[in-house]
Formats: sequence, structure tokens, C-alpha cells
Amino acid sequence: MKIGILALQGAFAEHEKMLGGLGAETFEIRQKRDIETAFDGLIIPGGESTVQGKLLAELGLTERIKALIKGGLPVFGTCAGLLLLAKRIENDEHVYLGTMDITAVRNAYGRQLGSFSAAAEFGDMGEVPMTFIRAPYISGAGDGVEIMSRVGGRIVAARQNNMLVTAFHPELNDNKTVHSAFLDMVRAS
Amino acid sequence: MKNERFELNKNLAQMLKGGVIMDVTTPEQAKIAEAAGACAVMALERIPADIRAAGGVSRMSDPKMIKGIQNAVTIPVMAKCRIGHFAEAQILQAIEIDYIDESEVLSPADDKYHIDKTVFRVPFVCGARDLGEALRRINEGAAMIRTKGEPGTGDVVQAVRHMRIMQSEIRRFGSMSADELYEAAKELAVPYDLAVYVHENKKLPVVNFAAGGVATPADAALMMQLGAEGVFVGSGIFKSGNPEKRAAAIVKAVTNYEDADMLAELSEDLGEAMVGINEHEIELIMEERGK
Repeated sequence: MKIGILALQGAFAEHEKMLGGLGAETFEIRQKRDIETAFDGLIIPGGESTVQGKLLAELGLTERIKALIKGGLPVFGTCAGLLLLAKRIENDEHVYLGTMDITAVRNAYGRQLGSFSAAAEFGDMGEVPMTFIRAPYISGAGDGVEIMSRVGGRIVAARQNNMLVTAFHPELNDNKTVHSAFLDMVRAS
Repeated sequence: MKNERFELNKNLAQMLKGGVIMDVTTPEQAKIAEAAGACAVMALERIPADIRAAGGVSRMSDPKMIKGIQNAVTIPVMAKCRIGHFAEAQILQAIEIDYIDESEVLSPADDKYHIDKTVFRVPFVCGARDLGEALRRINEGAAMIRTKGEPGTGDVVQAVRHMRIMQSEIRRFGSMSADELYEAAKELAVPYDLAVYVHENKKLPVVNFAAGGVATPADAALMMQLGAEGVFVGSGIFKSGNPEKRAAAIVKAVTNYEDADMLAELSEDLGEAMVGINEHEIELIMEERGK
């Protein structure tokens, strides 16, 4: 099992470490030639969505990655990754990959002073610790979207077929539940 | 609670990794920086090169000016306060800045004490020239470190020197025995637990960026290859001939810092770089401020 981690900007090393701990092989995606050979799953990390979105486009990655996801490649987006996958962002005119039928709100909890940590149920997999850094949340989801977690009434994790997103950062904790769930998705695909 | 806040603040720096933080003086420049792919902007009234040229006492920027920049962009906004000036830091926290840079670029307000950053809820980034300075700042509550370099010169030599010293000391700490570590912590005047962290993890406990004198995509790639986790660009962008193009090129250079073919392409046709001043030509040595 080989998981590509988008390494244009942000906290990609933390995902590598997490997946390494679960025994999955990872590689970094920094440009087109990195995705010429086949792989089994994709992680889009936290960081700044404006930076990652711009680099995706300028490095000629957007269309290729979009096609892979539409073709069923399992993908997991955290924070900025959620924004890149969202079909709509309420307070931002950009649509980046736009493959997932969700509406997101960017910087939904305000500036850094609004960053917080919490714990909540993730699907039926029990309670997981959640770190929110200048985080978004999901304000609307289409029919095919399964809600995985809510914090304070807001949707903070969701799944639609081969796409999993969290507004929080499971790669920043020791708890491996969410990454394990993603690897299960990869195995089942 | 305090500990949790420090973790969240450290985490924000993790999200900035692999990115470029750009100095901006107006909302227009901030928009240019954001559009070019900056992962954060540093709001200040005068960029370091102009501070150098103007001379005199240099202070925290007008909060109104900083707010103008906060309203212009959606990425994190940082601002500088003087070393030891905790009242300036309180003001920056009150306007909900995302990161405070307790910076040697401004005139120090205290020639002995840095700010006790543990009592603040917003994160701090501090400059360091070596491992000792870095760990002392972290002990005071800094959630991110950057090399000092020599700001406003367009000369990367000091940033290189500081990053090399830091990396070399980290390697040295990594290979020490337990008894050597006690002595090393004492010599650097740093807490033993932070020395142990470096020994065990072979890295700083917080994110480490390069800053000071970065002016070209090649400079940025050099700093990344030397171990920086991201880059601050101060005067280098808006003191150059074509800020938009240069900023975007530096952003791409930080992502693909090991790909010489791409770096060659990015370095083409960028217009005039900032003129810069050489090390032996500067009168005011900012890196000496705060130890």
C-alpha cells in the first residue's frame, strides 16, 4: 500500500510520521512527475489552502489529481485539505479540486485566538482528540455525504465515498483512529 | 490550559511549514503577497532595509495599519514588537494578531530581559543565532524560531551562518551521552529538559524558519537545503524590480527546493533584485540585539 502525501506546503511531515507508525509506505508529491506512477491513496494536509491551491494549479497538478479522485482514488483531507476538496466555500470565491459535495466555511472560528482543542466521537470508532487551528467547518453537505463528527453542533468530519475530510488535525495527536480509518478505506477500494 | 495554548500555538507554526512569510507595509502589498502564495504576512510600517536607511528608534507599527492588513487578507498576519516590550505585545494581542515577532529588527526596549511569552495567549516567534538562543527563547514561551540573519541587507551570509551553527549544534547534542548533556545544557544556559528534547529528537521542539537577507529563489532553496522548515522574506520582495513575480518564484522554490531544473526556470527573468549591502558595509548590527 503506497500513500501519496501532497507536500506543497503545510504539515505533511506529520502525516508521513503517522502513516509510518501504521506501517504504510508514503511518498511526497511536489510536482507532476511525482504522480506518474500508480499509488493507492492520497493525503492533502493542513496548511494554507490559498498557497496549496495556487501551487496545485501552477505546478499542473489540479486536473490530474481531480481525475484520480473522480476515478475512485481514496483521499483524506485535513483542514486546508478539506477546503481544497469542497465544492463550495462560503466566504471564499475559490474552488480548488471541488470534488466533494460539501460547503465549507474558511477560518470559521476566527484568528489564532479562536484555535482550540476538543474531543468528540468519530463515526462509530469512539472518541478522538481534535485539534482545530484557524479551522474551517462544514456548513452544508449533499445527500451522499456521511457526517462523521460534530463539535458544538458544527460538522467537523465527513465522508463521501472515497473522500474523507476533517476540519481538525488528527496528525498532531498520538491517536491513530482517523488515519487507521483512512487506511481501511484504501484497503477496501 | 496554558500548556494547551502553547501546543495550539506551536501547531499553527506547523501549518506554516514549507511556506514563505512576507513583509508587507500596506494592504495592497499584503494582497500581492497572498496572491503570490505567501502562507502568512508580517505587517510593518517600514521594511528592514528602510528602517536601516532611516535610522532612529524603530517601534511597533500603528495598530490601525496592522488592522488594515488583517482586513485585506485571509492568511495569518504577524506583527513585530520590540525585544522586551511586553506592553507592545499586549497591544498586538488585543488586536488579535496571529503571531507576534519579538524582533531585533526594531530597537530593543529592554537590554536584559526578553518578554515572558508564557503569559500570552497569542504565539510568539523569536530570532536566534545558535541553539542556545533558540532554546532560551523557547523556554520563555516562543512557539516558533527563525534565524536572525542580518535583516534588510539582502545578504544571506548571516542567515546561513546561523542556520549552520544551529544544525551543527543540534547534531552535536544528538550524539552526546547523558553526562555530557548536563554540562552542555549548563554551557548554553538552557533548561536540561529542552536539551534532552534536542538530544532525543535531533531537532528543535518548535518549527524553525530561515530569515534575514533572503532575496532570490536560490537563497530560499539554499536555506531549505540547510534545514530550514520555511522562509521569511523581508525587504527582498518589495525592494525588487518585480515583486509579484519574485514572490511567486520564491514560493515555488521553497516547495521544490531540491529540483535544480525547476530552480533554474524560476530564477529566470525576475528583474532587478534588491541592491543589498555587504556584511562589512553595515554600521548597525541587528543580530547582536537580544541574546
